[in-house]
Amino acid sequence: MAEVLVYVDHVDGSVRKPTLELLTLARRLGDPVAVFLGAGADTAAPTLAEYGAVRVLAADAPEFADYLVVPKVDALQGAAEALSPAAVLVPSSAEGKEIAARLALRLGSGLITDAVDLEAGESGPVATQSVFAAAYTTTSRVTEGTPVITVKPNSASPEPAPAAGTVEQLTVEFGPLATGTAVVSRSPREATGRPELTEAAIVVSGGRGVNGAENFAVIEALADALGAAVGASRAAVDAGWYPHSHQVGQTGKTVSPQLYIAAGISGAIQHRAGMQTSKTIVAVNKDAEAPIFELVDYGVVGDLFDVVPALTEEVKARKG
Amino acid sequence: MSLKIVVCVKYVPDATGDRGFAEDLTVDREAADGLLSELDEYAVEQALRIAEEAEEAEVTVLTMGPEDATDALRKALSMGADKAVHVEDDDLHGTDVLGTSLVLSKAVEHVGYDLVVCGMASTDGGMGVLPALLAERLGVPQVTLLSELSVAGGKVTGRRDGDAATEHLEAALPAVVSVTDQSGEARYPSFKGIMAAKKKPLETLDLSDLDLDAGQVGQEGARTAVESATERPARTAGEIVTDEGEGAKALAAFLAERKFI
Ligand SMILES: Cc1cc2nc3c(=O)[nH]c(=O)nc-3n(C[C@H](O)[C@H](O)[C@H](O)COP(=O)(O)OP(=O)(O)OC[C@H]3O[C@@H](n4cnc5c(N)ncnc54)[C@H](O)[C@@H]3O)c2cc1C
Ligand SMILES: Nc1ncnc2c1ncn2[C@@H]1O[C@H](COP(=O)(O)O)[C@@H](O)[C@H]1O
Repeated sequence: MAEVLVYVDHVDGSVRKPTLELLTLARRLGDPVAVFLGAGADTAAPTLAEYGAVRVLAADAPEFADYLVVPKVDALQGAAEALSPAAVLVPSSAEGKEIAARLALRLGSGLITDAVDLEAGESGPVATQSVFAAAYTTTSRVTEGTPVITVKPNSASPEPAPAAGTVEQLTVEFGPLATGTAVVSRSPREATGRPELTEAAIVVSGGRGVNGAENFAVIEALADALGAAVGASRAAVDAGWYPHSHQVGQTGKTVSPQLYIAAGISGAIQHRAGMQTSKTIVAVNKDAEAPIFELVDYGVVGDLFDVVPALTEEVKARKG
Repeated sequence: MSLKIVVCVKYVPDATGDRGFAEDLTVDREAADGLLSELDEYAVEQALRIAEEAEEAEVTVLTMGPEDATDALRKALSMGADKAVHVEDDDLHGTDVLGTSLVLSKAVEHVGYDLVVCGMASTDGGMGVLPALLAERLGVPQVTLLSELSVAGGKVTGRRDGDAATEHLEAALPAVVSVTDQSGEARYPSFKGIMAAKKKPLETLDLSDLDLDAGQVGQEGARTAVESATERPARTAGEIVTDEGEGAKALAAFLAERKFI
């Protein structure tokens, strides 16, 4: 069976959920081979094996952390040229997309970004994408070279399928561009103790209606009662009420949770672009005419400062 | 020594209009009005700020797109860019991002550059990968997705707010950068700027000017094919209640029914 390269997204060897989704999707196309760059391959290998990696190609070098993007492209290119895989799958983060694009160019391959589903087709993988603020669904195919495809988080549920997951060393030759952009310093994002926004099953978001940084406590309380991540509209972020890393929308994160709750958000097209594919959508807004109500499965016209805290209490009571 | 800055700007269908696909499954550029991608206004703004800080600088705005794409260039010129280059050719119809990066890399080399500034993503395709591809093609550093940047002493430095961490980056010029919508509000063109823009030089280039063949671009050169495009069914209207004290209870019942609590 053909092999499919899967680029592993991890933090010090702890594998992030989108990679497990990728391994699950990769099995539809062939045998997943994980490419693990940086420190912690031995920590990651059992998890990668559990989700179907037949092999784990591992490389560690200071270049991966000290320089932007290109060293990782060099490594992945080496792996792709050695294996001639049926496809290369990369998680759709900002960095993942840049890595995939440069790799596709070097391999003379076509590139598909932000797939939300993947199937084996007669002439290679068929990728489903959601475009124009999720107004359209398209299917596409790479017509030349090894398909390089980035896949969005929450595109599949990770399913275990134990495989060998043998760790093998990948030798990497860094090219002249590898050290072009130095990472002078890096400060990891502080952990909030809440689920990762793009990976969460439930997201509770606040907008301009929240009316102040201190009021976001109301949103956070509901999120915590539901075990949800916290999101924000751009208006709330621009006002400095919540960090930009929580922005949902065209220029923020795309989320596709089981449940999305929008409080004090009008539902502008750029916000919809980031949440429209959520399975169930709920809104609380005091303006009955707000466009967000066109999207909802359930909407409450009312003041969020009445409805949200009362809902939090209800949730706590029902959960006991 | 003059600092040569090229800003890549895209002409896109208005996101608030009716966007869709043409029969050949390329983006329908007739269905909605076009404009300068809002995210590229941030790129123009940063280029102008860098030019203002430099002793001597020249800002060229570059687009690849249909005839009407000159609207995007005029807007950028009216913001304060010095000159414009428009790559236009019938054979470009249906070009994918890899092809676009080829054309723009040739055009950037044609103009000459120390710094290429891009937006974070186009508001239509929205792949956000063109700047990385341009850097790969030009063989220069990519310093992308910056929320803050400065250029001094032959170097570009900037802050990238990534998914997992904030990084401070540094690279020597020439380089390709891209800037996010957090980099600073774009200026509005002044009346004087709009008038001045009409007299600024606008050069039009076709494929042969860039030594490119039709087969390398357009639908023929594309390495991906869209096989189907379906309009997403409108979400069926949900239930909407007005809170008169019982709103939260009703909502909780809905969430319980769907097994969220
Ligand atoms: C290029 C571009 C990219 C963009 N990217 C994004 C993006 O990524 N994400 C994003 O979100 N936006 C984005 N925007 C901005 C977008 O157009 C909207 O401006 C933004 O989403 C509005 O945020 P909002 O809904 O919180 O604010 P508003 O539109 O001001 O809506 C606030 C809502 O809160 C309601 N409200 C007020 N008080 C209360 C209360 N007490 N109780 C209940 N309801 C109340 C009001 O009725 C109103 O509907 C982008 C714009 C552009 C041009
Ligand atoms: N046709 C084009 N002409 C000029 N610049 C472009 C074009 N397409 C993309 N760009 C630039 O590349 C950035 C990222 O585009 P994309 O990868 O398509 O999301 C944009 O913000 C522009 O700066």
